Amino acid sequence: MSSWRFAVKSLLRDLRAGELSVLLVAIIIAVTAMTAVGFFTDRVGRAIKLQAGAVLAGDVVVRAPAPLKPSFIDAARALGIDTAESLSFLTMVLPANTDNEGNTLSQITAVSEGYPLRGEFLVAKVMFGEVESAAGIPASGTGWAAPGLLGRMNLKIGDRVRIGEAELTISHVLEYQPNQMSGGMAGMAPGLLVNLGDVPSFNVIRPGSRATYREFFAGPEARIAAFRNTLEAEAGEGARVVGLEEAGAQINTAIDRAQRFLTLASLVTVILAAVATAMASRRYALRHLDTIALLKSVGATQSFVLNSTLSQLLLVIIGTATSGSLLGYFAQEVLVALAPGVLNIALPQTSWQAGSLGLLTAATITVGFALPHLLMLKNTAPIRVLRRDMPPPQLSSGITYGIAIGMLLAMVFMIVRDLKLVVYIFGGVATVAVLSFIAGWILVRSLTGFRGAAGVAWRYGLANISRRGTESIVQIVAFALSINVLLLLTIVRSDILEEWKASLPEDAPNYFLVNIDPEQWPQMRTFFNDELGAVPEYLPFIRGKIVRISGTPIDDYKFPNEGGRFFTGQETNFTWQATLPDTNRITAGQWWGEDYVGEPQASLDERIAERLGVGVGDSLGLNVGGEELEVPITSLRAIEWDSMRPNFYLMLSPGEVQQLPQTIIAAVFVPPDRRLVLNQFVRAFPGVTVFDLEVIMGQVRMVIERASLSVQYVFLFTLLSGVIVLLAAVQATRDERRFESALLHTLGARRSKILQGIAVEFTALGCLAGGLAAFGAMAIGWVLAEQVFQLDYTLNPYLWLIGLILGSVVVGVTGTWATRKAVTEPPVAVLREA
Amino acid sequence: MNERLEKIISDGTVLRTQNLSKQVSSPEGQLTILDDVTLQVTAGDSVALVGPSGAGKTTLLALLAGLDRPTTGRVWLCGEDLTAMDEDGRAEVRGRYVGFVFQSFHLVPSLTALENVMLPLELTGASGATEQAREALVSVGLERRTTHYPKQLSGGEKQRVAIARAFVTEPAILFADEPTGNLDTASGERVADLLFRLNKQSNTTLVLVTHDRDLARRCDRVIELDTGRMLP
Repeated sequence: MSSWRFAVKSLLRDLRAGELSVLLVAIIIAVTAMTAVGFFTDRVGRAIKLQAGAVLAGDVVVRAPAPLKPSFIDAARALGIDTAESLSFLTMVLPANTDNEGNTLSQITAVSEGYPLRGEFLVAKVMFGEVESAAGIPASGTGWAAPGLLGRMNLKIGDRVRIGEAELTISHVLEYQPNQMSGGMAGMAPGLLVNLGDVPSFNVIRPGSRATYREFFAGPEARIAAFRNTLEAEAGEGARVVGLEEAGAQINTAIDRAQRFLTLASLVTVILAAVATAMASRRYALRHLDTIALLKSVGATQSFVLNSTLSQLLLVIIGTATSGSLLGYFAQEVLVALAPGVLNIALPQTSWQAGSLGLLTAATITVGFALPHLLMLKNTAPIRVLRRDMPPPQLSSGITYGIAIGMLLAMVFMIVRDLKLVVYIFGGVATVAVLSFIAGWILVRSLTGFRGAAGVAWRYGLANISRRGTESIVQIVAFALSINVLLLLTIVRSDILEEWKASLPEDAPNYFLVNIDPEQWPQMRTFFNDELGAVPEYLPFIRGKIVRISGTPIDDYKFPNEGGRFFTGQETNFTWQATLPDTNRITAGQWWGEDYVGEPQASLDERIAERLGVGVGDSLGLNVGGEELEVPITSLRAIEWDSMRPNFYLMLSPGEVQQLPQTIIAAVFVPPDRRLVLNQFVRAFPGVTVFDLEVIMGQVRMVIERASLSVQYVFLFTLLSGVIVLLAAVQATRDERRFESALLHTLGARRSKILQGIAVEFTALGCLAGGLAAFGAMAIGWVLAEQVFQLDYTLNPYLWLIGLILGSVVVGVTGTWATRKAVTEPPVAVLREA
Repeated sequence: MNERLEKIISDGTVLRTQNLSKQVSSPEGQLTILDDVTLQVTAGDSVALVGPSGAGKTTLLALLAGLDRPTTGRVWLCGEDLTAMDEDGRAEVRGRYVGFVFQSFHLVPSLTALENVMLPLELTGASGATEQAREALVSVGLERRTTHYPKQLSGGEKQRVAIARAFVTEPAILFADEPTGNLDTASGERVADLLFRLNKQSNTTLVLVTHDRDLARRCDRVIELDTGRMLP
């Protein structure tokens, strides 16, 4: 018979006999969890990204100094992609009525019908009055004015203004518009939104005028992705294609964190499933040594055993991948169905790419963690048929698990693409495993004195721990790992999520004030102090251009990507500070000291540094209002954009820089019911532009809320895999316990006594494992919060106590419950099998 | 015994050893558990290996069947030099010529009686495995037990299944390790009768290890071992 047919037959027989149950369940749960998490995070992640479109006004935007060729728009429409366009330019707005105040340089945004494709305008009847969503765009002959313009020109709704050769009526106060920060918020002139059809009548746009054309596209994800590629390849020089990932630093930082939370859960699920698989396949292999020896004694060759093992594994992979992926798909559908209210988000369709995760997971776990144990079978000595006490063939566990863990790491990294998270989680889990191994070894050694003590139940139980030696240590490690994960995902997870929510408190600044004249700043402070009892945070604000990188003029500089060229192509905002803001973290180099006064130094956002292809040691040549200065980059920073505090890609050290022309940017929290205070503010300080952050903060809060909720659901699968590890660990000694119990029972021990002994043994193992797991969870939680999520983490002082209790109770109860059958079986049945 | 085999063992010798020794490492140093055993077994014979515990009976059986390798010396089984082969080569020889019956039966617990008997046939790829296995079970009187699992069978029945499994491939030589050791007297006798009947019917050579003097006496030849040496 071919090894393949034999493999199929014996696999079916093993299935029928339940020999493969734990192994298959472990792998199926891993696949189910991974695919459910994969499907779910994929969909939620894409849905959250779509929400980011509301900030961008579309899914993809092309920004260019000239209109995009009509052929692109036709092509997009042919693909079923919606389009809209806008044109922005600076021009003077004049009052049509001489009662109003002087001419004001304004940012005019002219939009076409259908704009915004994503998101909405918020308008009001009076400045900072009650806002409502606007239907459509300004009607021809009307304009929607930002509060800044109204304040500066002392206008109200119904007033008329002149642009070039045309007149417009102000019909709404424009409180928020999507894409408002796309041109860099600062220094932006007060805005006026008009109908694109009116622009020719202004007669202000001529060939060579400085105007920015934007074409917005929105549609089904796959079509947008394909169309975007075309745009990037063919949009032409000077055009820049912007996607959702660049929707805004704030929302992107929040999405990043959300995805990290979700992947954290799936990552841990895989590790646990791998542990369970390794334990279950070890048990399977040990139980099959006799069968293999028998097969060899009647003529099976090593290659026959090997081929049939490999064939069986292949079947296991296909079977578990298929059933797990299907289960994962349905589980995810159930999650979505259960949670429409709470998630309150239109989820895009399932992507079958996420389904391929199932096959990858099944293959990696099976090949990495089951195969080594099953391969060991091929080395079974045939003489085992005569000498059952022959030790099983040895697995060189260092190499085997080294390779398996390497494979798992590679797979997880492929999915998560976050090396730091992967390293911290694996490192943490490995540390817990090693520490619990050492602790387990010490426990086993220290209980040696109890060996042979079978008198009292608890002494018998404790003696068992020592008697089982290696098995006890393996169990402690497995218990510690699963409890560690349970703690990490329950208590630590909710602590971290709370910290995250707390990072954007209800009273976080919701308005940015830009273009503040430093001389007026004291008066403004007094204004806010008197009106709101609050002093806004503020930072100096300088605008300039990067003209050289490490001595090379920008025009000659080779940028690693277009993003870098774009960044330097426009004016850059920067600030100077003595102290590193608490929403910034140094990732390379060193921050200048608080008392530093000397040659100017620069600190750059790490992402921008990547786009520019620079690092610590390079230098930037800046031109600020005609004055040039050369500053060395001495540090790189990671910025928490979702903190909604004023932050800058480029920061300089105090000193010489303070002499440069500058304004101030301030952030203030205005309670929603006091918004009208801003009305007075704009009238009192008409030169200041006010940015409403409520919408973007709402987006960030929504991401946090939805990510937290999704993590709760995803966590269920991780919990399940934790339970499977527990069961696999309990199963590991089940055969031995059955036989022992039957023997003790035959020798006169009462069932209750045997069961008590087992309960003591598992409780002791669980108590130790729980304590170790708690400390592990604290440490991993702290590292994750501080290093991966960049959140402050307060250690939960009760965690160790919870760990001890949880470990004792869960392991004690599960272990005793799972073994109870071994004790209650008639001893004769067990002994006859031997 | 097929014609090919008859050619191979034209002199009638199915099993032959020359100066067979086995040493193992122990905390006290090298331990000789089999010392310079030379023997010859003729086709169709029944041979009992007897001796006290630790005499080296099971070790000799393992070496004769190619389940283990000697430290020194050589073994020829059906004309093939087992000592010159690797493990796979020896497995193939066993597959062609050898059957086994063990003291502890070694039935696969997850398989029915019929499937246990089919196992060696499936390995060799023989056609009609199910029918042959069923016939083998009939020949040991277990036609009503085909769908039973080992745990549903008595000790004697398990050993009869094991005998059916051993004979189903019509081996040239059958090795039995304490075949009645785990059975009560009545079951033991029944199993022994069966072994000898099949031995005669199919002209299979029988080599068995036993403590049971009565069983040994029923064999054509008795080889006695003590502390690893063959007694004259």
